[in-house]
Amino acid sequence: MWKDNLRGIYYIAIKDMKTYYLKPPAVSWGIAFPLAWIFAFYLRNPQDFRELVPGLIAMTVLFSTTAAEAVVINFELRLGSLERLLLAPISLSAVLLGKILGGVIFGFMMTAIVTLGTVSVLGLQANAPFLVLIIILSLFAFSSLGALLCVLVKEVFEAQTLLNLPRFVMIFLCGVVYPVSALPPAVKHFAYVLPLTYTVDGVQQSLGSVQSGNIILDIFVLIAFTLVFIFPAIKLLAKKFA
Amino acid sequence: MRPLEQTFEMKQDSANVISVSGLTKYYDGLLAVDGIDFEVKEGEVFGFLGPNGAGKTTTIRMLTGLSQPSAGTAQVLGHDIRTGITLAKKEFGVVPEVSNLYDELTALENLVFMAQLYGVPSDERVKRTGELLKTFGLFEKKGARFSTLSRGMKRAVTIAAALIHRPKLLFLDEPTVGLDVVNARSLRSLIQKLNHQGVTIFLTTHYLEEADLLCDRIAILVRGQVVALDTSDNLKQLVKSEPACEVRFAPTPEEVISDLEKQRGIHRVESSGANLHLYGESMPSLTEAIFQYASQKGLEIASISSAKPTLEDAFVQITGMSLEAMLVEKGGR
Repeated sequence: MWKDNLRGIYYIAIKDMKTYYLKPPAVSWGIAFPLAWIFAFYLRNPQDFRELVPGLIAMTVLFSTTAAEAVVINFELRLGSLERLLLAPISLSAVLLGKILGGVIFGFMMTAIVTLGTVSVLGLQANAPFLVLIIILSLFAFSSLGALLCVLVKEVFEAQTLLNLPRFVMIFLCGVVYPVSALPPAVKHFAYVLPLTYTVDGVQQSLGSVQSGNIILDIFVLIAFTLVFIFPAIKLLAKKFA
Repeated sequence: MRPLEQTFEMKQDSANVISVSGLTKYYDGLLAVDGIDFEVKEGEVFGFLGPNGAGKTTTIRMLTGLSQPSAGTAQVLGHDIRTGITLAKKEFGVVPEVSNLYDELTALENLVFMAQLYGVPSDERVKRTGELLKTFGLFEKKGARFSTLSRGMKRAVTIAAALIHRPKLLFLDEPTVGLDVVNARSLRSLIQKLNHQGVTIFLTTHYLEEADLLCDRIAILVRGQVVALDTSDNLKQLVKSEPACEVRFAPTPEEVISDLEKQRGIHRVESSGANLHLYGESMPSLTEAIFQYASQKGLEIASISSAKPTLEDAFVQITGMSLEAMLVEKGGR
């Protein structure tokens, strides 16, 4: 049974890559949007651009994983294609994990391009194993968050609207552009319950931008966020087929 | 070739592929399926006949694991639908009412994806997809995107996708809805062919002729309840019909119905295209009245035969519903 589920997860992810992710809208949303933002900040202050690299990587992780999830989940629910997947001899959890994995693989490709590009051009020293680990865990956390928000609603536009809220809140509060330490105390506390804070912190530490954080804590918090998002998402999807 | 009666007797002795007991489903407090019981034998074509909203699709959804029953039990291919449905899914295929494969993928890619999901070995995938595309006359279209195929072709690819893992049991939910006459006819032939190859068919339809043509046994479902279950012939015998015959005059006079109804021995007359259905006291009195009328008016009788009860008659009598109710498509069309 677990072999069937693993096979299902893999093929659903590959199929989603082919049908949805590797298409211009997903690529532009996943990579062009974060690049445009960072370019704007670079023009404002070119001297401190190296400090913006962790934020650029974190934003790419966030936007690329959630770029097509509304389509991947809500559009398929509407068309009945998701039901077709549920008729296969795999569990409902495997179907949703396949959808999440699709976002993770696409996000990894986009983030790898941005990370390798910036690290090599700017000559940054990276702790590669930690950097890859933080990025992968973050990809799972955000893809799971996207899946959870998508199964909460019915329509594609509702899911896209709902996804925009945490995405934009996190851009401003999680250290992408302004350090969390510089935020007012009340806002700072709020930033610590947002997963992107731990992505930015983990990437900063992997690139040696800051020394004060705790990368092990970042790893565990990102794992915890993934679980917190995945289980309700599975329950909510199962409820749609109760 | 075996006589039909013998074939059906053999199926009667077969094992149950589906056993349903007290299956019930509520949607938001509304009763959609009301404690139904039935069994489907191995190798038969089992028809689930009923108007839209009768609970046919809800029943299929429960039997295929897309929906959980509110009460009752069911076994599909020996697996309980609550605990063993994933194992059962390996052995059954489903053709939903809507052709819901991926528009972005080609016909071939859709079939290969389904083969991958069902764990068809990689060396078998190409062979099976090729065979199915040829069977459905779609080999030339294998590279065409699903979105570009005609409705009939989409239906055919959807059925092919349900057969990719060579299921023992095939659920077909309103397979011919929306198809033109030619495509519907070829699909019915295909269903018969699959059944002859040993696939048990569970067919839901609201087309009476389709059920009559294809099904070994028919369950009539009305408002979530099975109100009759038998062979088509036995259901027709339930009709307490008055003697009737079918006649065609050449030419057919305009006032024929009112004229005939005035004839002694004829109770009522209904027209069905160029044919007239006449109901009366007895066959001799009916035929006598018809010949007398033809002679008086100088008409030629093009054809005359005794009219047997149809499945339509049986349906109307069993359910108390009008045929129009059956013909209403989903959404009131």
